[in-house]
Amino acid sequence: MKMLHKLLSLFFVILLTGGTAFGQDQVEMADLMRSNGKIYVVVAVVGVVLAGLIVYVMMVDRKISRLEKMMREKK
Amino acid sequence: MKRHWWKVLAVLLLFYTLIAGLLGKVPAMAILNETIRNMYFHVTMWFAMMILMIVSLVNSIRYLGDFNLQADVRAEESARVGMVFGVLGILTGMIWAKYTWGAWWVNDVQLNGAAGTLLVYSAYFLLRGSLEDEQKRAKLAAVYSIFAFAMMVVFIIVLPRMTDSLHPGKGGNPGFSSYDLDTDLRKVFYPAIIGWTLLGVWIMNLRIRYRKLLQQNEI
Repeated sequence: MKMLHKLLSLFFVILLTGGTAFGQDQVEMADLMRSNGKIYVVVAVVGVVLAGLIVYVMMVDRKISRLEKMMREKK
Repeated sequence: MKRHWWKVLAVLLLFYTLIAGLLGKVPAMAILNETIRNMYFHVTMWFAMMILMIVSLVNSIRYLGDFNLQADVRAEESARVGMVFGVLGILTGMIWAKYTWGAWWVNDVQLNGAAGTLLVYSAYFLLRGSLEDEQKRAKLAAVYSIFAFAMMVVFIIVLPRMTDSLHPGKGGNPGFSSYDLDTDLRKVFYPAIIGWTLLGVWIMNLRIRYRKLLQQNEI
């Protein structure tokens, strides 16, 4: 009886732990970065870069508009 | 504001792309993991390039119709901004490849085709640079532009689908979801294409206005 008990326990341990290495049911995603909030840092950083580029484009746009206005008034 | 609404839209779409692109829900796929978000920042570059090259093609044909140099300027500047997007597409693709396929570059139809396309369009600018006379330059460039566009379609769209390719969506591979793009991805992907394209159009528009100013001042 004790032998059977041991065998059964061994069987269940192998069943529950040995099979997990084969085939990934769960694909790892960056849940760590999401859970510790760091992903928001990435969003903020890239957001600053994007905002900076947009502001630059807007400045060029305004400069050209001013020059065009000058040209129209000259005529 | 009436004239600038599409610029505001571009900015809004791009910020949406960034925020929803990094924080939004995406399908969990093996090997790709989170890099699937590059759909919004790599694939969109190529879409923006294709759209701008179509603008260039249309203006090249328009030029050949009435020899209006304005159309030639538009053809050149749209191709120029398209090239920028193409270069960004290649660079972002290389980064993505390194961390998913293990190499910065592979000898693959799609990749070589993309590089070939950029070479073909670089030659367009070389051709333009080699001619002094405005009308002659415009005529030759317009004709070359039509061939360049055809080559782009062959290199990027046709050939990769006909042969084996590692790249998603080509060579018999599914494009990111069994037969159709995942809904969660679509919610950001389509607005992203519009956002990036509008940004490209904004920059193209600025360059065209700049060229017009140069021309008016005879610089």
